[in-house]
Amino acid sequence: MSTHRDPRDRVQVLDEDGGVREGATVPDIDEDSLTEMYREMRLARHFDRRAVSLQRQGRMGTYPPLSGQEAAQVGSAMALADEDWIFPSYREHAAAHVRGVGLDSTLRYWMGDERGNDPDDANVFPVAVPIATQILHATGAAWAADLTGDDAAFLCYFGDGATSEGDFHEGLNFAGVFDVPAVFFCNNNQWAISVPRERQSASATLAQKAHAYGFEGVLVDGMDPLAVYQVTSDAVSKAKDPGPAGDDAPGRATRPTLIEAIQYRFGAHTTADDPSVYRDDDEVERWKRKDPIPRLEAYLRERGILDDESVDAIGESVESEVASAIDAAERTERPAPAEMFDHVHAERTERLDEQAAHLERLRERYGDEELLE
Amino acid sequence: MSTQESNTQNLTLVQAVRDGLKSEMERDDDVIVLGEDVGKNGGVFRATEGLYDAFGGDRVIDTPLAESGIIGTSIGMAAYGLRPVPEMQFSGFMYPAFDQLVSHAARLRTRSRGRFTCPMVVRAPYGGGIRAPEHHSESKEAIYTHEAGLKVVVPSTPYDTKGLLAAAIRDPDPVVFLEPKLIYRAFREDVPEEPYTVELGEAAVRREGEDLSVFTWGAMTRPTLEAAESAAEDGIDAEVIDLRTLSPMDTDAIVESFKKTGRAVVVHEAPKTGGLAGEITATIQTEALYYQEAPIARVTGFDVPYPLYALEDYYMPEDTRIEDAIRETYGA
Ligand SMILES: Cc1ncc(C[n+]2csc(CCOP(=O)(O)OP(=O)(O)O)c2C)c(N)n1
Ligand SMILES: [Mg+2]
Repeated sequence: MSTHRDPRDRVQVLDEDGGVREGATVPDIDEDSLTEMYREMRLARHFDRRAVSLQRQGRMGTYPPLSGQEAAQVGSAMALADEDWIFPSYREHAAAHVRGVGLDSTLRYWMGDERGNDPDDANVFPVAVPIATQILHATGAAWAADLTGDDAAFLCYFGDGATSEGDFHEGLNFAGVFDVPAVFFCNNNQWAISVPRERQSASATLAQKAHAYGFEGVLVDGMDPLAVYQVTSDAVSKAKDPGPAGDDAPGRATRPTLIEAIQYRFGAHTTADDPSVYRDDDEVERWKRKDPIPRLEAYLRERGILDDESVDAIGESVESEVASAIDAAERTERPAPAEMFDHVHAERTERLDEQAAHLERLRERYGDEELLE
Repeated sequence: MSTQESNTQNLTLVQAVRDGLKSEMERDDDVIVLGEDVGKNGGVFRATEGLYDAFGGDRVIDTPLAESGIIGTSIGMAAYGLRPVPEMQFSGFMYPAFDQLVSHAARLRTRSRGRFTCPMVVRAPYGGGIRAPEHHSESKEAIYTHEAGLKVVVPSTPYDTKGLLAAAIRDPDPVVFLEPKLIYRAFREDVPEEPYTVELGEAAVRREGEDLSVFTWGAMTRPTLEAAESAAEDGIDAEVIDLRTLSPMDTDAIVESFKKTGRAVVVHEAPKTGGLAGEITATIQTEALYYQEAPIARVTGFDVPYPLYALEDYYMPEDTRIEDAIRETYGA
């Protein structure tokens, strides 16, 4: 079991230049995993750029970018074991990829195709667009695992804005009362669309809200992938193996953790948003100095794990991986209209059969072109 | 209606929302706007653009991200004497506020025998057809209409938008004001600069006709008119009635039109089962059965969760589908 941290202390391993901060403990990660961590972040950044441009070209619908938030997603998702689960919001494309969701699936979803929300065998719950709703699902799944004796941790992502919703408070309260193996991971990117963090809550930190529910809250530099990895690993170990059972007294939940990862979204909230209306470029530039990718790169170069050649090779490989994902997504045949009726219930009802047949009759009578104009 | 000759502006529907809010805020200091991103950002659809600068942060308020919080506190404010106009960013995100709306806003007057009231207007963009992400396209007007104590308004033109919004804000009871975002910027119309109201509970005849009545509202009004024009080329003369207010519903207008034509089509985006077309049909059956000459047709969304946008054009009723129903009903 990890030592309890004070939610006012921000855990950091790397400084802004990628040097190890004085007194910091570097987490125990092998070289291959460190390279993978770097590659996943590069992949996410490149994917993000391409996705925004697909939207601009009318090849994809509204898309929520993640640039700036790679370390929080990749560092935390890599700290999970195979049996663990994530419950994402709508922005965790990088975390989902680490957990085995293909970039083509993510693209399909944002291209308006439900099948993109069916992430193969990955332990990833479907994207949750209504804010904070997934927090209760993660708590429930963690609770169920506990009741059935499974040994898994459940990590739930949500934003700073989400901490204002009732579902956040109900989810964390249940997690404390039933002492479930959940890790609540708050991607505090400073903004909920145009509303700044300080407008969401008068609390000094969001992490400290955990105390009200009887468990640990941790504040971490969310643009430092090593620090994120460390605090998430600790939270996951604690969720699975909380040590000697506490008594039932209030304030003694031993398994859940709330992690507040301080970070910044470099881009717009979504492709439909114009951040210049509510924040200045100076602020963005300040946060760009903490960009997680050059930070990790500098650290890895310093340790001799990366050099110019390997960095270039990674650059080329992420470009081709993203290009093939886009190709695969765009080459997927569009869903058949009948699909709409197929997954409403386990079996189609008679009414749905009638309605599907009616749609087919209309298509035959008028043709898709006229029907969809 | 209380308009006089006055200057007009050529506005889109969403600009008419903004203009309606502005003129009511100028008229009455008790009117305040609150919600997610309504302040500095001017709303994600720009429906409140400029209001923060014009009226300041005490009257145009960016709240924490909490719909139950927004509506619950609005109820308290309204009971205390203000006229809050909370915005729900999308109608798909209203559900956290549902308890406050139905358990309190709708019943405060009844429960306190009129001592406490709830004069607030809950605005929300609603409806589909804009290639939006999941949960951004549903039409759930029926669930609010089902709730006694709430009024429900859906404008379909810029002129009506400003006038209905003003009437809703001046109304002594809670109003759910659903804005068809598909037509937020679809067309412009001359809108008086002066404040004016369009009375709640009155339908508008958008096209007069003798052969058949089509009842609809919101974003479906335009494709319905197109379908009617196209059917007219073949001599089918359809009357198109835009209900504008769904609760209280203008049943007189519905029955009067049906008595004239004896045939009806009802058009809405919402799923068929439990949709308001059923209510309208039952009203006709009760009040004008002996005038009926053909089965009443419903052109609606399907009984499925609103699909992601790859399939939404198959889901949404449009002019071809509406015209098909007009012809069938005419020929039946
Ligand atoms: C219940 C609900 N209300 C409103 C919205 C509209 N909305 C989408 S994202 C967002 C802001 C979310 O901010 P935050 O939780 O900080 O997450 P971020 O987008 O910054 O990652 C809002 C208001 C929604 N999706 N769900
Ligand atoms: Mg945020």
